[in-house]
Amino acid sequence: MNKKQKRLLRDIVISAALLTAAFVTDRLLAAAWYARLALYLPAYLPVALPVLRKAALNLKNGQMLDENFLMAIATVGAMALCEFPEAVFVMLFYQVGEWFEGMAVAKSRRSIGELMEIRPETATVLRDGQERKIPPEDAVIGDILLIRAGEKIPLDGVVTEGRSALNTAALTGENAPREVGVGDSVVSGCINLQGVLRVRVQRLYEDSTVAKILELVENSAAVKSRSETFITRFARVYTPAVVGLAVAISVLPPLFVGAWSDWIHRGLIMLVVSCPCALVLSVPLTFFGGIGGASRSGILVKGSEFLEKLAQMDCLALDKTGTLTKGEFRVLQTVGDQEALRLAASLEAFSEHPIAQSLKRAYNGELLPARNIQELSGLGMTGEIDGEKVLVGARRLMERYGVAVPDDTLPGTSVYAARGGKWIGTVLIGDTLKDTARAAMRVLREQGVRDLVMLTGDTLPAAEAVAREAGISTFRAQLLPQDKVQAVEDLLKTHNVTGFVGDGINDAPVLARADVGIAMGAFGSDAAIEAADVVLMRDDPLLIASARRIAVRTKRIVTENIVCAIAVKVLVLLLAAFNLAGMGAAIFADVGVLVLAVLNALRALKRE
Amino acid sequence: MKKVFRLEDLDCAACAAKMECAVKKLDGVKDASVSFMRQSMMIEADDDVFDGVVEQAAKVCKKIEPDCVIKR
Repeated sequence: MNKKQKRLLRDIVISAALLTAAFVTDRLLAAAWYARLALYLPAYLPVALPVLRKAALNLKNGQMLDENFLMAIATVGAMALCEFPEAVFVMLFYQVGEWFEGMAVAKSRRSIGELMEIRPETATVLRDGQERKIPPEDAVIGDILLIRAGEKIPLDGVVTEGRSALNTAALTGENAPREVGVGDSVVSGCINLQGVLRVRVQRLYEDSTVAKILELVENSAAVKSRSETFITRFARVYTPAVVGLAVAISVLPPLFVGAWSDWIHRGLIMLVVSCPCALVLSVPLTFFGGIGGASRSGILVKGSEFLEKLAQMDCLALDKTGTLTKGEFRVLQTVGDQEALRLAASLEAFSEHPIAQSLKRAYNGELLPARNIQELSGLGMTGEIDGEKVLVGARRLMERYGVAVPDDTLPGTSVYAARGGKWIGTVLIGDTLKDTARAAMRVLREQGVRDLVMLTGDTLPAAEAVAREAGISTFRAQLLPQDKVQAVEDLLKTHNVTGFVGDGINDAPVLARADVGIAMGAFGSDAAIEAADVVLMRDDPLLIASARRIAVRTKRIVTENIVCAIAVKVLVLLLAAFNLAGMGAAIFADVGVLVLAVLNALRALKRE
Repeated sequence: MKKVFRLEDLDCAACAAKMECAVKKLDGVKDASVSFMRQSMMIEADDDVFDGVVEQAAKVCKKIEPDCVIKR
C-alpha cells in the first residue's frame, strides 16, 4: 500500500465509524434536519473532501462528466433531499471501490515490475587491469566484464574465464539454472549464481537482450485490443446518455405529476450508475494481468491486441527447423552397405560442417586412415583409403565423378558414399523433433487452432517425415524465405486470424506479415524480439500452447467482465427509473460489480 | 519522433481514455496512446514540432485530470 492508499483507508475507516455512530444517534433522537446534518456531516467529509475538491477543479475545466463531479452532485443532491445516511453511504462505498481498485491495479503493476528488475544498474569492467564500476550504457564491445556471484549480467557477451550456473528465471520463467563455461554466450538479465565470471562484451547495452526486452515491455501498452477500444467508446456514449436520462427523469415527469423530490431522487441514483470507471478499468486491467501472467511464464506479449488475436487464432503456420525440430543433425539410418557410415566418418573427420559433426558422433568405431583429402564446398569430401578413391557427399558430387546412385525419396539429407567409382551406401541425416513438439500440436488443436501448417525450405521427403512425426497434416516444402511470406498471405485470406511461429532467424518478414508473429527461443536474438508480436523465451513448442491458453483465459475474463458490468448497470438503471432501487443499492451494485470484475481480472495474472 | 512519458497520479481509467482521445486530436500529433495500467503516454509527432506538441498535450491532460503530472 502506498501513502495515498493508506490515507484513503484511514478516511474510510473513520467515516464508517462515524456513520455508524451517527446512524444510531439519529434513530434514537429523531432530531430536526439541521441537527441531523450536523450529525452526518463529520462522517461525510473525510471521504467526500477529495472528491469535492476534484469536482470543483473539473467544473472549472469544463469536465462535467467526470466521475468525481457526478458523485459530488449525487451525494450533495441526496443531502439536499435530507437523505443524509444515504449520501454518506454512497460516498463511503464509492471510496471503498476506489481503494479496492487502487490495490488491484498496484498488484497487477507489480507483476510487470518483477520483470523490470532484470535491468542492471552497474557493470564492473576490467580496464588497464583495474576494476571499474560503470553504467552499463558506457561499456563498449570488447570490454571484459567481471560478474560475481549474485550479480546480474549487464550486457550480452561470451564467457572468457570461469564456470558457473545462471539463473534465467526472470527472462524465461524457467527455474532450472543454466550451466555456462568458457566460450558460451551469456545473455544480459541473467543472474550469476556461483563463482566469478569474466565475460567479453559482444553487444552494446542498447542492443543487449535486457534493453530490448525492457523496451518491449514498456511499449507493449501502446497497441490496444479491440475490446479496449470498444469499452472506451462505449463509455464515451454511456455516461452522457445516462446523465441525460437522469436529468430528463428528474425534470420531465414531475412537470406533469409533481412529486419533485421523488423524481430528483431517482435521477440522482442514475448519476451514481452513470460512472464509467469500473467498466473502463476492468478491460485493460485484465489484459495487463494476462500480459503479466504470460511474462512470468516466459512469454512476452507486445500488447493486448496480440493477446486478443492469439485467443482468436484459428490457423498457425510453423517453421520447421529450430521451431519443431532441434536444429541439430543426427544420423537416421544407413542404406546399402553399412561400411558407408565408416567411410563417411573417416573422411568427414576432417571437416567442421554440422553434417560432418553428426557423422563423427554417429560412428564410434576406429576410423580408416585417409590421404589426399579435399573438401569441396557444398558438395562433400574426397580422399584415398587403402589406395582407392573415396567420395562422400551430395548427389551432385557423385554426378560430377560419374558415379551412379540409386534414386531415393528418403526423408532427410542424404550423404552418398562411393569407393572405387561405385556407390556403396547412403547415410541419411535428419533433424530431431523436439520432445514436446507432438504434444504441443495436439494441445493446440484441442484448443481450437483448426489448421496447423508447417512451412519449410527443406525437401519434400524431409518435410513429410517431420510433419508426420509431429502430427501435422498440412505442410509446404522447398520454400524460399519470400515463398514463406506468400504462403502466410495465402493462409491469411482463408482464415480469420493466422499466426506464424518461427525461431526468428531469416523469418522476420514472415513474423511481421502474420496477424500474430511468434518468435521462439528469442533468448539472445534481438532481431526476433523486434519483429515478433509475441516472444517465447524458451525453445519449447509447448509454450505456444501456454500462450494460447493464457490468451483464451484472459479474453474470456474480459468478456465476462464487460457483459456482467453492463448487465448490472442496465438492471439498476431500470430499477431506479421505477423507484425499485435506492441510491444505496445503486452504489452497492456498482462497487460490487467493480470488486467482482477486479477479482476476476486478477485471475488473469495466474502463472501457467 | 516517438516518445513515452510517465504520468504521475493518473487515478482514473476513464480519464486516461479521455486524455488519449484529446491528445490524438491535437495538431501535429501523428499517434498517441495513454495507458492507465502503465501510467504512461506515448506521443508520436514530427521532430520540429515535438516539444510544442508535448506542451499542448500536458495542458490538455491537466484539464482532464488536474492531479496528473507528465514527467519529462
